[in-house]
Formats: sequence, C-alpha cells, structure tokens
Amino acid sequence: MRSAAASLLIVIIANFLLPAARATVPLTNTLSASASASASAPAPVASLIQSGYHFQSSDTQSLQDDDFKNPGMLWVDTGRQYFNDAAGLKNQACASCHEKLASSVATTFPKMNQHLGAVVNLTTQIQHCRSQHQQAEPIDYESETALALTAFLANQARGQRADHHVLAPPATLKQAVEDGGRYFNQRRGQLNLSCNNCHQDSVGKMLRGDLISEGQSNGYPIYRLEWQSLGSLHRRFRACDIGVRAQPQALGSDTYINLEAYLKQRGAGLLIETPAVRR
Amino acid sequence: MKTRISIPATAKKGDILNIKTLASHPMHSGFRRDAIGALVPRDIINIFRCEYQGQLVFEAEFGPGTAANPFLSFHLRADERGNVAFIWIDQQGERTEELRFLDIVDDEH
Repeated sequence: MRSAAASLLIVIIANFLLPAARATVPLTNTLSASASASASAPAPVASLIQSGYHFQSSDTQSLQDDDFKNPGMLWVDTGRQYFNDAAGLKNQACASCHEKLASSVATTFPKMNQHLGAVVNLTTQIQHCRSQHQQAEPIDYESETALALTAFLANQARGQRADHHVLAPPATLKQAVEDGGRYFNQRRGQLNLSCNNCHQDSVGKMLRGDLISEGQSNGYPIYRLEWQSLGSLHRRFRACDIGVRAQPQALGSDTYINLEAYLKQRGAGLLIETPAVRR
Repeated sequence: MKTRISIPATAKKGDILNIKTLASHPMHSGFRRDAIGALVPRDIINIFRCEYQGQLVFEAEFGPGTAANPFLSFHLRADERGNVAFIWIDQQGERTEELRFLDIVDDEH
C-alpha cells in the first residue's frame, strides 16, 4: 500500500515538474516580449486568443449555452433583485442612482476610482457603493450579495468586448496593468511556477485530468462545477496560487486587481460570457 | 429557496411539453468539510413533485450524491387547462411550491 502511494506521489510531482522544466527557455522570451509590448503599442501577448469555453467538454459548454440550464443565471436573477432593492440607512437601491444603467458598465473595470485614489474592480466598487453611498452593512468580497450583483452587471455586458480601456490604458491604469503583468510572469510557490508557465507555455496540454486553458478572464464570475457555486476571478486566482503552493493574496487585494487589469489586456478581443460554466 | 421553471403559458391539446426546473440549493452531502475542517451537516432536497390539476405526473427523489442546484427536465402531455404545481421538499420537510397556469388553445378554426 505504502509503496503504491509513494509511487503515485512521484508521478504527481513529475507531472508538475516536467512542464516547468520544458518552459524554462521560452520564459525569458515571453518576459522580454511583454516588457516591450507595454512600452510601445500594447499587443495581445498570447498568439491565439481563446476563451476558456473552448477548453470545456461539450456537456459543460451546453450548460453554459442554455440560459435556463446555466446555474449561474440563478445569481444573475438574484443580482437583478438586489440591484433594485432599497438597502442601508439611506434606504436607496443601486437603481436609485444608476437609473439608466449602461449595459457596458462592467466592461470599464478595473479602473481608477478618483475618490478612493485606487484602482478598483467591479466587485470592490460595489462594496464601496454599498458601505459609503447606501450606508448599508459592508458586504464581503465573496458573499452571495457581491457575487450576485457582480454577475448581474457583467451579464448585462454579455457579448461585448471588455478591453477598450485597457488596450491603451490611461496613465492611472498603466501601472496596474504593468504590475499585473509582472505578477503573471513571476515564478512563485514551492512548485516555482508562474501563471505564464501553464497558461501560456502549456496551453492545450493535460494537467492530470484537466486541459490547460489560456487563463482568460472573460467569463467571470463563473459557475465552477468543482465549487458547485458561482465564484469570483479572485477566488480562481487564489486556487491557482494555492495549487503552486504559493501564498495566496486576499480577495480584492491590489495585487489581484492589477492581475485582473493585465488579463483584460492580454485577452483583448474576447467577448464577455458571464456567467460562464467551467469544470 | 430560489427556483426557475420553464413551461410554456399555452399549448394545444395533446401537445408534449418539455418542462425544465432548476432549484438553488447547496445539496450538502454531509461528507464535506468547511475551511476549519468541521463536517458540514447534510442538507439536501429529498423529493421533487410535479402535479397537474392535483394529479401527480412526475416525481424525483434526490440523494446525498446529487450535485448542488439540481436541474430536471421532463415531459408533460397538455390535456386540459389548469394549474401545474412544482413542489420541492427538503430534509427538514420544508416545502417550496410554485404554480404555473397552463392554458389550452384551440387552433381548429
């Protein structure tokens, strides 16, 4: 029994290490390529840009395609309700201020919030609105309320491109995109892997039972079958960081928001799919 | 419990209708553990029933192995105008009931 378990462990470790060893050479190329890209005209880093949808089985794809079957639509429905429900000391709903909601609003994040003096994403903006403008109980980043509102707003923008503001980012966002790109290419954790090692160099290969996708962010929040629930992009970041045995960052942290900004630029041209269904 | 039901509002007599339901429920199996390692108690929907004019037309039993947010798809023959009731009963015996009115339209003229 023990020797069988030990040999299984070796196979698992070998599976992690082999792609990493192969990826050592092209890594330097990609690093310099992304550095020069951010210096001059921004160019998509991946040569072929494909949504995570193309890496799913046909069953999972059909779950996403049918708005009725898609379990993520439960959150979209709840989000619509939260958007119109009055809350907080001021007894105002989101809709009280955002009466004429542009369907594209979710595509404009992450962006600089001048009042906060920081780059925010859609969810941290919702958290801010909730506690400051509505003066309601603060909501957690991964709470059902935050997920539902984020999913509802992102779903409004389904089918739209999400990259117009990061293709040529304003000065206030440029730093975030660059920092995010650095995080993407930085090796970390006990397995010493960068995001880039899997989601750029090893796209299409198998990681044990799973096909490695490009790590695109256009479907978030996603319904992940493994989670049996809707989850945020930052929850996915944490899962990857834990997977390479690195210290995961906090949900809604600057590091992850920067990474989110970089991923938007990297996935330029993709259409929003929220709520996407993934394995 | 939040539910979604897909059923046409009108049908011709004798039509076979495809009905789809989705219920939002965590379906905790009783074997999962939370972040600090404590067992999450079992919490599942036991039974789903669909009644057409008070008569049982479809029934499903769920177990602890059923995934979260259970989705069902089944067929119903439209015989008469009337209410279609969708009932979910969880392990505490709590009922969630939704009613939809099905109208029969006549296109014989």
